Amino acid sequence: MIDKSQTPETGTPRTVIANPWQPLREHTDARIGLGRAGGSLPTASHLAFQLAHAQARDAVHLALDTEQMMTELESRFDSVVRLHSQAGDRSEYLRRPDLGRKLSDESVEQLTAMNVKQCDLSITVVDGLSARAVHEHAATLLDHLIPAFEERGWSVGPVALIEQGRVAIGDPVGQALGARMGLVLIGERPGLSSPDSLGVYFTWGPQAGRRDSERNCISNIRPRGQAFDAAARLILYLLDEACRREISGVELKDDSIVASELGDGSQGNFLLPKTPTSE
Amino acid sequence: MRLIITQSTSLCPCRQQVSLWSVSVCLVYAESRHHDKINNDPEAPMSGYHHDIGSKRYRFENLKTLMACATPERSGDQLAGIAAADSETRAAAQLALAEVPLTQFLEEMLVPYEDDEVTRLIVDGHDRAAFGRIAHLSVGEFRNYLLSHEVDSDVLAVLSPGLTPEMVAAVAKIMRLQDLVLVGRKCRVVTAFRNTIGLEGRLSTRLQPNHPTDHPTGIAASILDGLLYGNGDAVIGINPATDNTGAVVTLLKMLDDILSHYEIPTQSCVLTHVTTAIEAINRGAPTDLVFQSISGTQAANQGFGIDLALLKEGQDAALSLGRGTVGNNVMYFETGQGSALSANAHHGVDQQTLEARAYAVARRFNPLLVNTVVGFIGPEYLFNGKQITRAGLEDHFCGKLLGVPMGCDVCYTNHAEADQDDMDALLTLLGAAGCNYVMGIPGSDDIMLNYQTTSFHDALYVREVLGLRAAPEFEAWLEKMAITDRQGRIIVDQNLPAPFAHALTRAH
Repeated sequence: MIDKSQTPETGTPRTVIANPWQPLREHTDARIGLGRAGGSLPTASHLAFQLAHAQARDAVHLALDTEQMMTELESRFDSVVRLHSQAGDRSEYLRRPDLGRKLSDESVEQLTAMNVKQCDLSITVVDGLSARAVHEHAATLLDHLIPAFEERGWSVGPVALIEQGRVAIGDPVGQALGARMGLVLIGERPGLSSPDSLGVYFTWGPQAGRRDSERNCISNIRPRGQAFDAAARLILYLLDEACRREISGVELKDDSIVASELGDGSQGNFLLPKTPTSE
Repeated sequence: MRLIITQSTSLCPCRQQVSLWSVSVCLVYAESRHHDKINNDPEAPMSGYHHDIGSKRYRFENLKTLMACATPERSGDQLAGIAAADSETRAAAQLALAEVPLTQFLEEMLVPYEDDEVTRLIVDGHDRAAFGRIAHLSVGEFRNYLLSHEVDSDVLAVLSPGLTPEMVAAVAKIMRLQDLVLVGRKCRVVTAFRNTIGLEGRLSTRLQPNHPTDHPTGIAASILDGLLYGNGDAVIGINPATDNTGAVVTLLKMLDDILSHYEIPTQSCVLTHVTTAIEAINRGAPTDLVFQSISGTQAANQGFGIDLALLKEGQDAALSLGRGTVGNNVMYFETGQGSALSANAHHGVDQQTLEARAYAVARRFNPLLVNTVVGFIGPEYLFNGKQITRAGLEDHFCGKLLGVPMGCDVCYTNHAEADQDDMDALLTLLGAAGCNYVMGIPGSDDIMLNYQTTSFHDALYVREVLGLRAAPEFEAWLEKMAITDRQGRIIVDQNLPAPFAHALTRAH
């Protein structure tokens, strides 16, 4: 639909007031400078939002491509195992997060049969709420991490690929593998502008029943969000610190060079004088 | 200082009125009246609560079960396995709950006193004298009392310390949306820091300029957008991309510089963990408000990595800076139904009651702002627009009745069965209910937290439709800057107010 009110040649009164700061959109995905009809959203902005919401709704229900992911993981790790949570399907998964945190009986047996007594690090790749994030970014992020794991001489346990899982499902996996540290790569809930956001959760001494405050999270990993190399640096910082202090969570503050574009806060902050005028 | 406006005029002679209110309740429920006194001996059989419908007797083992069964349907209680099995059971539980004397809530703890510091806070802090005027009422009679014309803002402000979260949660369960709106509107909880929030006829907004990587241009762009749409009087509050103390300090300085440069009478906040905020203050960061997510049980708060002592530490740290100009409410709390269950720390208590208990935590620290993030937690707790709408109004009602300056993050996620129409309905109802503030974000899309909340435009809509205005100090600034006219309508067009036009030249 076209917002005819924005074109003066139609001869109709100008009902949409545009915003002169609209060009700032090149610096952010935020929906700024939408203009207004009275005080309300102009038709074009309103319908663009409706479309984005429709797409995000559809993304939630996209199934994990286990074939593709098994191929990608097996090319990087010696041992990969495909597991399933106790949530049978997406509908049950959405209503029953408790089931998404637990391994199915069959998966427990699979893990036990692998007979891994201990390892330094267990890696769990989970669909979460955006299989798309896992499809597109999990392997790339792992490529930033694997050399550093090798450098440190850490033994990585069998990598678990899990369908219909929540963050905490990394705990029973890590526990079964006797892992000192657990890393969960999971698709985050899709936003309107970010259907492909990957989250990474780190837990020292993973075991069933760990609290959320015992985890550290690096969120929003995607090309237009937290960059892969920066996210990887942050993850490694947390792992190194955890090895030193044997903790994770709120007590393990993230005091590394932060993986952000904040800088000293002045770069590009046009609201204040005496700042560089452009990037 | 918390400013609950109280004029020392006459308080209602409620003794006389109560007899009238109780009549209708007793007529309806005479047959079911009601449960025996609870025996506190754990070995003795619990007589519990019951209600008869025809020949069928509905039994509820204890107050906790009764409360859960009486709660209007929601997915979180079903997930916890404590919801009513069917609709008639729920209605029977509501009928039985209406008969429960309010004093019972002081006798029968839903979360054990010995195990939980939130329960101890509620019990030890209970004002018996304030409770006195309603001590003889049942839950059903309490509803009638709250709806009566004689009970107004002044009465409710005096009553507030005498109420426990469990009492207000109980009465909310037997109220319709219109009751929650009507009584919520009567409550007035006014707070202040650099402006005054919660006055009658006002609706403030939190300008939420989140950016996924905290990019200064991105943050500045959203702040500019919000200010030029008349938003930001509750707070300019950023959810940072990381919990890194250095980044938090930088963001706080950035916000402080912006508020100073444009002389904006509002406050800033970086929503980080209270321990990070304390550390930032120790490093000299210009901190207006200390933020923390809180919940209604000690165990759930442990899940957030906090306890009451730590919150006190945070409050003291912020107060020590003395940065407020018109008031000293320095805390900002967020809550939401389902947080205790998600931390497996719910003690078998329904999520609406636990949410009300979070407000008992909040009121202990005289916050400037408290909001439920009602649709954020996801469909496993509030499944669809209907459940989110009711929860938002329950939370506002319970918070206000307990004396908490309630706002609401009117929101939903993309995996919930909800859309913009649902948010419009809840926003309008909250506006009618006198909600202190809502969120304001560019085009409803939070690109950092991946959920949808109310937009800058939404605030303009609800202000216009319901005749609401921004906080007075902020409103004066908007008018001075030629952002709004005398009626509070946005007048910004192609010619921006000079300071912002100037700023924009630096962006290109």
